[in-house]
Amino acid sequence: MEIDPFIFRLSIFILSIFVGYYVVWSVTPSLHTPLMSVTNAISSVIIVGAIIAALATNVESVFTSSSIFGFLAITLAAINIFGGFLVTQRMLAMYKKKKKDKS
Amino acid sequence: MISANLSAIFYLISGVLFILALRGLSSPETSRQGNLFGIIGMIIAITVTFLSIGNFSSGLAYIFMFMLLGGAIGAFIAFKIPMTAMPELVAGFHSLVGLAAVFVAISAFINPTAFNLGTPGDIKLASLIEMSIGAAVGAITFSGSVIAFFKLQGVMSGAPITFKGQHLLNAIILISIIVLTYLLCVTQSSNLFWILIGISFLIGFLLIIPIGGADMPVVISMLNSYSGWAAAGIGFTLENTALIITGALVGSSGAILSYIMCKGMNRSFFNVILGGFGATDQLSQKQAKEQRPVKSGNADDAAFLMKNASSVIIVPGYGMAVAQAQHALREMVDTLKKNDIKVSYAIHPVAGRMPGHMNVLLAEANVPYDEVFELEEINNDFANADVAFVIGANDVTNPVAKTDPQSPIYGMPVLDVEKCKSVLFVKRSLSPGYAGIDNDLFYKENTLMLFADAKKMTEDITKNL
Repeated sequence: MEIDPFIFRLSIFILSIFVGYYVVWSVTPSLHTPLMSVTNAISSVIIVGAIIAALATNVESVFTSSSIFGFLAITLAAINIFGGFLVTQRMLAMYKKKKKDKS
Repeated sequence: MISANLSAIFYLISGVLFILALRGLSSPETSRQGNLFGIIGMIIAITVTFLSIGNFSSGLAYIFMFMLLGGAIGAFIAFKIPMTAMPELVAGFHSLVGLAAVFVAISAFINPTAFNLGTPGDIKLASLIEMSIGAAVGAITFSGSVIAFFKLQGVMSGAPITFKGQHLLNAIILISIIVLTYLLCVTQSSNLFWILIGISFLIGFLLIIPIGGADMPVVISMLNSYSGWAAAGIGFTLENTALIITGALVGSSGAILSYIMCKGMNRSFFNVILGGFGATDQLSQKQAKEQRPVKSGNADDAAFLMKNASSVIIVPGYGMAVAQAQHALREMVDTLKKNDIKVSYAIHPVAGRMPGHMNVLLAEANVPYDEVFELEEINNDFANADVAFVIGANDVTNPVAKTDPQSPIYGMPVLDVEKCKSVLFVKRSLSPGYAGIDNDLFYKENTLMLFADAKKMTEDITKNL
C-alpha cells in the first residue's frame, strides 16, 4: 500500500518543529527582538499562496472574487517581507562590539 | 514553467535557508549573514512560484504592482519606525501575517480548482480541514495582534478588561469553532466558512483584552507562534514545503519565547492567558500597606555616589523606553567610564514590552553588546558592585519575590539589586509597578530614590559628574 503524500508533509512539519526548537534555543537572548521580526518576515512566505491565488484567473478578467483576495494578501505579505527584513537589518546593524581603542 | 518536483526542491532549499536565518541569530556576528540567508530564501520561494505557474497573463503586472505597493509601505515603515516602538511594530506585522493567511484561505475556498484542491462545493476533505485551521488561526492572530498593537500603542488602556463569564464565553466560542469546522467538512457550506472566520476574529479579540500591558511580552510571543501555525496550516493546504517548514519554525520559535517570558515571571502560560493579572484583587492589598519612610535624593547626590564607586550596574526597564532615556543613559555611562568606573548592564528577561526589548534600545544607543548581561550572567555581581542604577524597572528588582510567599510575584527570578552597597532608583513616584505590589527596595537603608523623569534625571547626573 502506498503512503499518502500528506504523511510526508506531516513528517517534514514535525521534524521542522524539532529543528525550530533547537535552533531557537540557541538564539542569544539579546537578539530576541530581531528573532521576532525575522520570523515575521519569513512567515510571510505565505505570499506564494497569495500569488497562486491572484494568478488563478480566467481569460475574461484579472479581478475575480478569489483573485482579489490574492492581491490583498500579496500586498499584506509584501509589507511584512520588506518591512520585516529591513527592520531586522536595521536592528542588527546596531549590535556592535566594544571598540578596542575606547575602553 | 518548471516541473512540480523541481519547484518542490527549490521550496525545500528556501526552507533550509530560513532555518539558517534563525541559526545566524545565535550571535550578533553571524546575525547579519543569517538575515541575508532569509532574504535569499524568500527570493527563491517567490521566483519559483512564478516559474511554476508559468501563466504570464495580464494578472502578472498587477501582482508586481501590489508587491511594490506593499514593499514600499513596508520599507517606509522599517526605516521610519523608532526603536522604542518595536513592540507595536512586531504586533502590527503579526496581524498582517494573520490576515494574509485568512485571505489565502478564503481564496482557496472560493476557487479550489486553482490550487488543485477539487471544485467549489466538493473540496477534498483534508484540504478543507487544513484551510479551516489556517483561516481560523490566522483570524485569531489578526484580531489578537490588533488588540495587542492598540494596547502597546496606548490607544487602548493597558489595564486588563475583564467581565463576568468571560472564560465561559471564550470556552463556548472555542468549542463552537471546532463544531463549525466539523459541520463545514460535512456540508461544504460557504456560509459556515464565513461564520467560522467571523467568530475566529471575535475570539482573538476576546482572548487578548483581559491581558494587561506588562504581560505583552508573552502575548506578542504567543501571537508570533500563532502566525507560524497559521502559515503551516496554509502550507498543508497548498502542499508547499517552504510554508510548512517556515510555519513550524515560527510556531516553535514563538512558543519558546512565550515559555521563556512566562518563566521570567514565574507564572504558568495559562495564568497569563487567562488574564486579569495586576487588576482588582491586588489593589486592596496595596492600600492596606502603611506609609514607610524613604530616602530621596537629587542628581547631585547620585553623581557623588557614582563618582566614588568603582563599579556600577545599570538595571533598565520599560520606564527607560517610555522616557526615551537610552541615549542620555549611555552619555552618563561614557562619563563614568572616563572616570575609570566599571559599568555593566543587567537585563531581566521580561524587562520591557517584548523579548529582547531592552537589548535593542541599548544597541540603538551604541552600547556595545558585550557590556550587556542577562540575569543569570550578572546576578552574582551585584554583591560586589558599589552602585546599582535602576532606571525604569521595578517589579523585576523586588526582593519580595524571594522572601514573601504571600506575594503574587513570589518565586519570580529577580535581580539581586539590594545586595549592592547602594541603590539608586530612578522613578517618577512611589507608585507600585505592574504587579500592583509595593517594592521593598524603596525602603531599604541603602536605597536612594531619585524622583524624576528618567531622561531628565540621567542628564542632570551627567552634568554633576
